[in-house]
Amino acid sequence: MATDTIKQHDAHAHDGHEHHDAGAMKVFGFWIYLMSDLVIFGSLFATFGVLATATAGGPTSQEIFELPFVLVETFLLLISSFTFGLAVLAQNAGDRGAVLKWLAVTFLLGAGFISMEIYEFHHLIAEGAGPDRSAFLSAFFTLVGTHGLHVTFGLIWIAIMFFQISKRGLDSVTMPRMLCLSLFWHFLDIVWICVFSFVYLIGAM
Amino acid sequence: MSDIHTSHDGASHGSYKSYIIGLVLSIVLTLISFGVVMTGSFGIPAMMITVVVTAIIQVLVQLILFMHLNTKSEGGWNVISFIFTIGILTLIVGGSLWIMHNIHINMMLG
Repeated sequence: MATDTIKQHDAHAHDGHEHHDAGAMKVFGFWIYLMSDLVIFGSLFATFGVLATATAGGPTSQEIFELPFVLVETFLLLISSFTFGLAVLAQNAGDRGAVLKWLAVTFLLGAGFISMEIYEFHHLIAEGAGPDRSAFLSAFFTLVGTHGLHVTFGLIWIAIMFFQISKRGLDSVTMPRMLCLSLFWHFLDIVWICVFSFVYLIGAM
Repeated sequence: MSDIHTSHDGASHGSYKSYIIGLVLSIVLTLISFGVVMTGSFGIPAMMITVVVTAIIQVLVQLILFMHLNTKSEGGWNVISFIFTIGILTLIVGGSLWIMHNIHINMMLG
């Protein structure tokens, strides 16, 4: 089997094949990390679920959640997940310019999302609904804040990828990293789907 | 083009078509779940079921159409590790809610 592969490819392509195996292993390893991250989020969701009604006489979820605001946040993150997909397609086609363009668009959408979240947190704290007000708000800030921190690190990673790809181009080092980052970014969208459904929408009922 | 596709496992599969279908489905599902809650014209059980079902479908859309999770790449280990994690999550989330709900009810009665 291995000799068939060697026969089919010239020396350069075979080089690429070996890198590809290492790259695929990297992406799989990153997938395992994401699964462990999912368990962290699961624990935070469980905590929130238990404490959702423990408002200690403070504001309830019905009073503080503004769904139109959350809907806009959701669309920013959702569309950024799609534009990252376009960056991966551009990478498959070997189009470096398009990869950089879609990375930049994804960054802007993600930055818009995180700005809205910071505004929301600031607004809540200014209204006296900060994480120190009740167990419900502690759990809310921990869960949504942990997701926000992940998005922030995702933004830093996108910025780094942008400069690496503009400097090195699409090679055996940058391409597996892009695939890991794409999994990370879609993963954050999945967590956000659970946040807006189980925290905001069910909380607002 | 097919050469590019076969030369990558896992996350790199996909086409414009699958991403656009994924985007449209996600937008529709998001609008359904927000719409049902924001109009408030349904009972709470109906809203709850709609939100949970659309959330599950939307997660599957992301996993299959955006992350290209399938049973073929990495010999199925992607899917197996995911299913294992879902099992752990069910224990953590379901178990926590169940036991704390019971404690809550018993404290109220006691």
